Parts: sequence; C-alpha cells; structure tokens
Amino acid sequence: MEHEFPGFWRDAWRRFSSNRPALFALWTLAAIAAMAIFGPLFSSYSYYDIHLEWHDTPPGPKFWFGSDELGRDLFTRIWWGARISLFIGIAAAVIDMIFGVIWGSVAALAGGRLDETMMRVCDILYAIPYLLVVILLTVIRGSGIATILIAMTCTGWINMARIVRGQILQIKEYDYVVAARLNGASNARILMRHLIPNAIGPIIAAVTLTVPTAIFTEAFLSFLGLGVQAPAASWGVMVNDGLSAMRYYPWRLLFPSAMLTLTMLSFNLLGNTLRDALDPRLRR
Amino acid sequence: MIQFLFNKSLILLLSLWVVVTGTFFLMHAIPGDPFIGDRVIPEEVMRSLYAYYGLDQPLWLQYIKYLKGLFHGDLGISMVYHGRSVGHFIGEAFPISALLGLSALCVAIPSGIFLGTIAAMKRNRWHDTAAMIISTIGISDPNFVLASFLQYVFCMKLHVFPVARLESLAHGVLPTFALAALPTAFIARLTRSNMVEVLQQDYIRTALAKGLPLFRIALHHGLRNAILPVITYLGPVATQILTGSFMIERIFAIPGLGQWMIHSIHGRDYPMILGLTVFFSTGLMIAMFLVDIAYSLLDPRIRIQKKREAHGT
Repeated sequence: MEHEFPGFWRDAWRRFSSNRPALFALWTLAAIAAMAIFGPLFSSYSYYDIHLEWHDTPPGPKFWFGSDELGRDLFTRIWWGARISLFIGIAAAVIDMIFGVIWGSVAALAGGRLDETMMRVCDILYAIPYLLVVILLTVIRGSGIATILIAMTCTGWINMARIVRGQILQIKEYDYVVAARLNGASNARILMRHLIPNAIGPIIAAVTLTVPTAIFTEAFLSFLGLGVQAPAASWGVMVNDGLSAMRYYPWRLLFPSAMLTLTMLSFNLLGNTLRDALDPRLRR
Repeated sequence: MIQFLFNKSLILLLSLWVVVTGTFFLMHAIPGDPFIGDRVIPEEVMRSLYAYYGLDQPLWLQYIKYLKGLFHGDLGISMVYHGRSVGHFIGEAFPISALLGLSALCVAIPSGIFLGTIAAMKRNRWHDTAAMIISTIGISDPNFVLASFLQYVFCMKLHVFPVARLESLAHGVLPTFALAALPTAFIARLTRSNMVEVLQQDYIRTALAKGLPLFRIALHHGLRNAILPVITYLGPVATQILTGSFMIERIFAIPGLGQWMIHSIHGRDYPMILGLTVFFSTGLMIAMFLVDIAYSLLDPRIRIQKKREAHGT
C-alpha cells in the first residue's frame, strides 16, 4: 500500500498527531504500560505480602495508594493488576478481531446459503450458556489466565463478526466494488483492498470497546470464583473488592477504578482518532 | 414471502435443536449433581431422587425424553426447587426483567443515537469530546460498579430513591439507568463512527449545497445510513437486556430472570438450565430474524441484491 500512495502513513500520522487529546491518550497508555512493567520495582512490598497490623491504611508515605483489608500495598497490586488486566483485555480484543473479521467478511462476501449457515453458527454459539463453557474449561484445564482467555474468546468474536458482516453487506454494493469486480478483481483482492479498508472505522470502534468488556468479563468470572485466583488480582477483582469497602475505605475503590477509567478513556480517544486518521476521505 | 417465513422458521427450529443438544451434553459433562448440598443425603434417598428425576437412566435416553417433552411444550420440573415447573419460574420472573429491560432500551437507544450523532456532526469539537467522555464512562464503569455507586449516592446518602426491590416507578429508576449505561455508550460509539463516514458522502454534500440545515440532513439523510451497525448490535443485546442482568438484579434485589441462569448452573439444576437456554435462544433467534428484516428495509441496496439472487442471476 505504501509505495502506491506515497505518504499515506505519514499523512495519517500528521492527522493523528495534530489531535491533542489523541496524543495525550497515547502518552497516558505508554505511561500505564511502562508502570505495569516497572512499577512494582519502585515499591518495597510485593503484591502478596500481608501486613495485618496495617490493614485498610489510607494513602500516605507508607502505602502510596493505601492498603487493603489484609494490609497489602495497593500501589504494587495496581501495577500487578495492570499486567493481568491489560494483557487479558488486549489479547482478547485482538483475537476477537482476527476471528470476527475473517468470519464476518467471508460470510458477507459469500452470501446466499453459506452466509446464512455461518450466521446461524454465530447465533447458536451465542445462545449456548457461556458459563457452562467456562466451568467445563476450568474443570478440564484448571483456572488461569489462558483458560479465561480461551473462554472469553470462544464467544467474544461473534459480535465483531456481526458488525463486520453488516458493514461489508453494505459496502459490497457500492459502485467502486462493482467496478473492481467488472475489472476482474478476485474476491480476495476486493476484500483486502476495498471492503476491509472501508469497514475499518466500525472495526476499530468495536475493538476499542472489546478491551473494557473483556476486562470486566474477567472481573465477573472472578466474582463467581472462576477468574484470576488470589493472591494475584486484576483491576476488575480490585474494583469488585473495593465496592464492598466503598463506605469506609473509599481509596480501595477509587484507585483501581480511576486507573481503569483512565485506560479506557485513552483507548477510546485513540480509537476515535485512529479511525479518523486512517480514512483519507475524512480530510476537513 | 410465505416460503421465506417457512424457511426461516425451519432454520430457527434447527438452530434451536443444535443449541439444546449442545447445552444438554455440555452440562452433563460438568461434574456435580443437583442434590449435593450442605447436608448429607442417605444413599437410599439419593437413589430414589435419581430415579424420580430419571437421572439413573442412560444419558441418551434422558436426552430423548427431554426432547419429547420439549416438543410438547413441557420444559420439565426444577430439580433444586422440588416440584416447581420451569415454565412457572420463567412466567413469574420474565415479565419483571422484561419491564426493566424495555425501559433501559427506551433510554439507551435514543440517547445513544443522539450522543453519537452530535459527536459526528461536531467532530473534534468540544461536543465530540464531551459525548465521547460520557460514553467512555458508560463503558469503563461496569454496570455493577455503576449500580453500587448509584445506590450508595442516591439511596444511602441523598435518600432520593428507594434502596432495593421493584415495587414502584421510583424503584425502577436506578436499575434502569445502570442497565442502560453500557448499551448507550456502545450505540453512541457505533453511531458516531458511521455517521462521520456518511456525512462525507456526496449526497450529503448535495443536500448541504441545496441549503438544507445540517441538523435535518443528519436526521433524514445521514442517520438512516449510519444506523445499520447499531441494529446489528441491538439484536443480541436487546435479548440479553430483556432477559435480565445477574449483577443488577442482585444489587437491587429484583426477582428477575437474570439471576436464575447463574443459580441454576451453580446448582446443576439441569431442567432449569435447559429451559432458560431454550427461552433465551428462541428470543435471540427471533431478534436476529428481525434484524435481518430491518436490514433490507433500511438499505434498499441489500434488498435488491437478495432479489437478484432469488431470480438466479
């Protein structure tokens, strides 16, 4: 693509970097990622050290973000949680996107009976109670991050497939696609050059939305005892724990949910701008 | 048209059968049984319980029996709440969840579309950022956190709304809001994303050149084209919202359908799991069918394509 449109990426970057909220989002995400990697090094506690005599300490010089009901340092736990949550969120979103885009675009392009069958498969997978699959997987594989990820992605891609299919059904009727077809372009070429690039907006929007959904599905599973196991904690689990302590120890809810909201806001701003920047028609 | 409907309902029944079969064998593959609880049950009692509910028979026989019952519209009897029929459970709990879900959808759809449209019309201006911040808060606060927060602020601190249960209109306000937050945000994002693109099309420029006000153009020319992904998204989500949310119902102590799925899976209440799955998937398939119809109604190009295919060209 690059050599055919010289400066496409440079153009996209120029449009991206002229947007101040997007740059802010990019730096925020970079900072959070850096803290997820190096954050625990700054603290003298580990995420599982229990200090019962210091339980529920407010934020201060001893515990920067306060401590939880077992006296564990929230600062360390937040960055450990960042590793787990960000990994689950991003991995789930990427896997969902790959499966969803392939499934949805093949269905829409094939049309007819194959399309019908593929979409009914989606409905069927969606209708089978998801919790049964998770429990069965936990029984077979034991609980852990990989199990959660498999369980989440086995139905997670369906939403993406539906959105992609809807987009492509619409786009494939446009004149330029018909023209490409008349010129003898193969299905694969039409898909890669005309359909997917033009559907990229809703795809990116849906991907950035999958990240928080995945993080909270994990929290929900943890709530039911099927997610990340203690003493490890994800952001979702920490928010969940913080809820019960909201009235008396608000910092236990405040820090994890603030981190989460900040991350999500950054992902969203990034997704929005990326979507606009990657579409050459949107110059204004 | 009759042929079309006939085909569709045949496919629906077939999918339903696959779902029931899948769920049936899936749930029996999980260890545990409905009668293991806190108390120790003597072996003889256990054996007679198994015999009474037919669990001592081979799995395939149980399966055939269930299908037979299902064919006659019989969803069976709960194994945990002895003697209550699954149909009775659904009949009692579904209207409550549906009422709540319907009001949440009535909030989510218009406000999501409104936010998304405004954001797209005023792209990269403060309206856009504000709408996206609202929708981000809706997405990044999971509904159980939002629900607990609302309950804390409005019920315990300000005493504006009753804390829990669903007895009057005031009881419904907070759960509705908590339930509507995520779909509102999602719809807003999808609408914006598409609207931005639609607003760049030539026919919008033409309409602008004719001097029509931007607001009217967005409403008449833009929205109809931008709304397809929203409808795709709404099919499954509406079904999910109407059949209740476990977390919201738990926090506000609402006796809806949402909690039963989780409870029945935890309790290995086989007929309940299956009955709820049948109920949910029927709803889902009908919703997807409606989405398909809405598609061809909203975008004539898709309809033409279908016709062309039907004529075999």
